[in-house]
Amino acid sequence: MSGPNSSYDPVQVTPLGEEQVWAMRDQALAAVEAAADLDALKQVRTDHAGDRSPLGLANREIGALPPQAKKDAGMRIGQARGAVNQALAARQAVLEVEAEELMLVTETVDVTLPWDRSPRGARHPITMMSERIADIFVAMGWEVAEGPLVEAEWLNFDALNLGADHPARTMQDTFWTEPAENNVVLRTHTSPVQARTMLTRTPPIYVVCPGRVFRTDEYDATHSPMFHQVEGLVIDEGITMAHLKGSLDHMLAALFGEGVVTRFRPSYFPFTEPSAEMDLICFVCRGTGHSVLEGNGEGTCRTCRGEGWIELGGCGVVNPRVLTACGVDPDRYTGFAFGFGIDRTLMFRHGVEDLRSFFEGDVRFSRAFGTEI
Amino acid sequence: MKAALSWIRDFVDLPADVTVDDLAARLTTLGLKLEALEKPGADVTGPLVIGRVLTQVPEPQKNGKTINWCTVDVGAANGTGEPQGIVCGAHNFAPGDLVVVVLPGGVLPGGFEISERKTYGHLSAGMICSARELGLGDDHDGIIVLPPDAGAPGDSVRDYLLLDDDVIEFEINPDRAYALSLRGVAREAALATGGAYTDPALRQTPAPNADGYPVVIDDLDGCPVFVARTVSGFDPAATTPRWMARRIQHAGMRPISLAVDITNYVMLELGHPIHGYDADKLTGPIRVRRATAGEKLTTLDGAERTLAAEDLVVTDDSGPIGLGGVMGGETTEISATTTSILVEVASWNPVAMFRTGKRHKLTSEAGKRNERGVDPTIGEAAADRVVELLVELGGATADAGVTKVGTAPEQPTVTISADLPARITGMEISAETTVAHLEAVGCRVDRASGSSELTVVPPPWRPDITDPFDLVEEVARIVGYDTVPSVLPPAPAGRGLTSEQLLRRRVGRTLAGAGYVEVLTFPFVGEQAFDALSIPEDDVRRTALRLANPLSNEAPLMTTTLLPGVLEALARNVGRGTTDVALFEAAPVTFPHVGAVAPILAVDRRPTEAEWAELNAALPDQPLHLVLALAGEVELSGWWGEGRKAAWSDAVEGVRRVALALGVEVVVRAASQAPWHPGRCAEILVETADGPVSLGHAGELHPRVCAATGVPVRTAAAEVNLSALIAQAVLIVPAPDFSTFPVAKEDVALVVAADVPAAAVARTLREGAGPLCESVRLFDVYTGAQIGDGQRSLAFALRFRAPDRTLTEADTGAARDAAVALAAVRHGAVQR
Ligand SMILES: [Zn+2]
Repeated sequence: MSGPNSSYDPVQVTPLGEEQVWAMRDQALAAVEAAADLDALKQVRTDHAGDRSPLGLANREIGALPPQAKKDAGMRIGQARGAVNQALAARQAVLEVEAEELMLVTETVDVTLPWDRSPRGARHPITMMSERIADIFVAMGWEVAEGPLVEAEWLNFDALNLGADHPARTMQDTFWTEPAENNVVLRTHTSPVQARTMLTRTPPIYVVCPGRVFRTDEYDATHSPMFHQVEGLVIDEGITMAHLKGSLDHMLAALFGEGVVTRFRPSYFPFTEPSAEMDLICFVCRGTGHSVLEGNGEGTCRTCRGEGWIELGGCGVVNPRVLTACGVDPDRYTGFAFGFGIDRTLMFRHGVEDLRSFFEGDVRFSRAFGTEI
Repeated sequence: MKAALSWIRDFVDLPADVTVDDLAARLTTLGLKLEALEKPGADVTGPLVIGRVLTQVPEPQKNGKTINWCTVDVGAANGTGEPQGIVCGAHNFAPGDLVVVVLPGGVLPGGFEISERKTYGHLSAGMICSARELGLGDDHDGIIVLPPDAGAPGDSVRDYLLLDDDVIEFEINPDRAYALSLRGVAREAALATGGAYTDPALRQTPAPNADGYPVVIDDLDGCPVFVARTVSGFDPAATTPRWMARRIQHAGMRPISLAVDITNYVMLELGHPIHGYDADKLTGPIRVRRATAGEKLTTLDGAERTLAAEDLVVTDDSGPIGLGGVMGGETTEISATTTSILVEVASWNPVAMFRTGKRHKLTSEAGKRNERGVDPTIGEAAADRVVELLVELGGATADAGVTKVGTAPEQPTVTISADLPARITGMEISAETTVAHLEAVGCRVDRASGSSELTVVPPPWRPDITDPFDLVEEVARIVGYDTVPSVLPPAPAGRGLTSEQLLRRRVGRTLAGAGYVEVLTFPFVGEQAFDALSIPEDDVRRTALRLANPLSNEAPLMTTTLLPGVLEALARNVGRGTTDVALFEAAPVTFPHVGAVAPILAVDRRPTEAEWAELNAALPDQPLHLVLALAGEVELSGWWGEGRKAAWSDAVEGVRRVALALGVEVVVRAASQAPWHPGRCAEILVETADGPVSLGHAGELHPRVCAATGVPVRTAAAEVNLSALIAQAVLIVPAPDFSTFPVAKEDVALVVAADVPAAAVARTLREGAGPLCESVRLFDVYTGAQIGDGQRSLAFALRFRAPDRTLTEADTGAARDAAVALAAVRHGAVQR
């Protein structure tokens, strides 16, 4: 270790001449300039600016000089050391930038290498469509109601004005459970949720009910024993068919865009009177019924089977008999209800050709729709 | 219902500017929805003319057939006036006959183009047509031979054959049974176009008398009216005229024989089913009664039916001769020798018709109308129309006797407020409009002066109109549904989605974010699905709800587990080449309450609380389950190196992730449960105030289950009760309170017996380390020579932190030592 030299022999001390100091300085500056990298510069720092460097040693000897000489030498050596340190710092900065640039160049990778390490997840388009439809109504202040899939016969039929001998019961091919005397069915529509809602809430009621339903349809490209419906129900004072139409128009505009063309025509459902069917103009053939795929335009549109319209679903004014069975005063309240197929809506909206795509579970199908629809 | 436009025009004077497309569109807006528009005859194009056979030379062929080489005079239709040479395979004609010839350039149904061609050694230029070849029917006994007055050779024969028409097919809703007739369709067409309407059921009929065939009705509720007429001297050889056959055909029915065709024709025309009996085969008076249970009847379709006590039968002295209103019997069927006919026009109780049809699985054109309800007042008109046609077309003589038993029931009266249509539809509909439209559909409307009440008697062909709202629909459809304004209802402020609904969405999003793809599978399974999962016989999952009418006898049960469906989907993906696959499904499963009956409650009032509770208690438990299944790699192999294969731990982690998303910390313990590998099955529990609740299981599937279900070996899966998990969700998360003092870390390696669960050791360390311990994390598991058989070394990283100071080495050392000491006591752990 080197420290201040307090016991020197004044005879040994030789005056540090100007030329000698400048020579040491110039030598150091040359070495700094010559340092090629940070390691070399580190060595230069030790050799020319360290305690044992010529300038460092000279600095130690200053103390032994007579006062005037001490002052002169001190100034000279200080100037020289300052110049060397400045040069070192400047060179250090330059070399650091060079070193970083070199490092960045050598570390360059091929960023086009694939990084598909984790297979992508997805939610089912039917789930997402159910949520999207629910959200349209929730945004209007409605709520989402639910009910069981395995349902009481009374709720699926009788409470909805479909008595045991109603011919319309045969329109809905019902899965019955054993034993038959238990009167339990797989719900054929989401309408029993209507009845449940009226029986468990008090008006005003504004609910939408998406869910699974079952019918004994053979499984093919357009039929499935399990499919999905969304039901809407409003019970309030002064409710009219106009409110029904307004609600459906709003929903369709939200789902299919403004300017969607709909048709409202008389139909029949035991639980609504008057009843209507809501049709949507076929957006493949724009209502012409002709195929757009076949050149001459004479073929039949496959989406609407040439009708020009797509049946979206049934709706109507809630039959007062249903209100009575469900404990709602038909003299005070009126209501409307609608129901339509979620799967069908997806088929039309996204051009799904085969209903079975929804239930096969092929991940390539669901992945295409992502996590929001 | 299919109706030919020409037939509709018989009863309504359609304005000239109304095209068939217009008419169909307008009828659709009235409630008779256009199903299809057919143009029969449109598939026959080109020259189709009358030809006179000049010469006919039979030429036997090597193949045993004999063909006729004919020359046919087709007038100037072939451009030359010269006879046309045509080869014909039929033999039911002779020179001099008029026949139907399609000349080269013509096209027959099926795109069959006619051209001059060489055949059987001749140049055949055209074809002599059969009815079938022209799409005119099934008759292929030979070619069509026209009567001598059909026209001259070369004349177009399209009109004569009634080849062209427009046929509108409507979808008829159950409440519009009256439109299952031309009478009804024409009435609607008149409403739609303003054209004048002629009711075909309005006709002068002879008054009932005592000379008719004797008929007795024992059950006037089942059969309120029975009209019978008889004819004799009917020519059984008389054939159905082309116009009638063609219309029956257009309506979608098949011409059979003149007598039967007439009854069908009048049914189509008036909407009232009619039955004809061979009167010579009747013995004694006709009696209508309920059947005796077990009585037998062979119906027209040849089926012997065992009758139920509720069935209505028509009988004579021989016993049942018909299933009333549904189908006639074989013994009195009209045959090729029938000359005397009894015409029955009876109206039947619709409910009885519906039940009988359902019981005997019989659907017929008659049954379809009877079970929806027909006009009970037109029996005499219908019978008279049949008699008229039998006389006119079959040479029969009408007998003077007219039988009519019973009377049509009174029409109900419906009272409505005149402003009801306006109030319900939201349209401006005046009282005058309401009255006018109700009268237009056939109602009788009385309005006491100064009163806002209307007293309405619906027409007899509208048994569907019973309630005020039925009348609203009638008014609204004529005003036009398209004019209903579109107004958003003023919903009150809603509460948004429920917590449970939000949490369910969170589960799906969490799993999709973790790489799982959602599937929706059918809930139908068979016992073999449970067998494939090796579910033991006494397992609760074996008690499944059975369907009475499953689509497949292989899958008659409502599943108690989502695994069969999800594993099937997984196997399908692997089969289609997606070998790295992670699936999930969240759906209800069904656990039945054996013996519980869901009551059929009254509908004229709200159920009582007790009834409502009883009904709900009878329904199966339907908890939401969540199933995960993974196979292949969860992290793919690639240029970066080896991937990571799906393992039991991924299934556990998947459930844990879902639980954490719901704010629930789950506990895992070893279990042995089908269908999992007994050594790689975790039970997943959640600690509650009432003790631990089991949520389900996760792990690797048993190799036997993989083989039985067709999924790859080592497939991992989990099934948990999602309803139960969601019930434990933390809805309002308390804000965390954490120390900002430095963390102190200590690692300990403990040697324990190999069967000591790591989770138990971790819990013990946590407990022993006391409140300063922030976390315990297992970071290494080692087995090997260094620690001996039956042992393993578990290395844990412990983190310590105090809320109020920087911990000293002494603090953490003491805490660590306490943790190790407790592990030694509890698990015999020795620190390495
Ligand atoms: Zn289309």
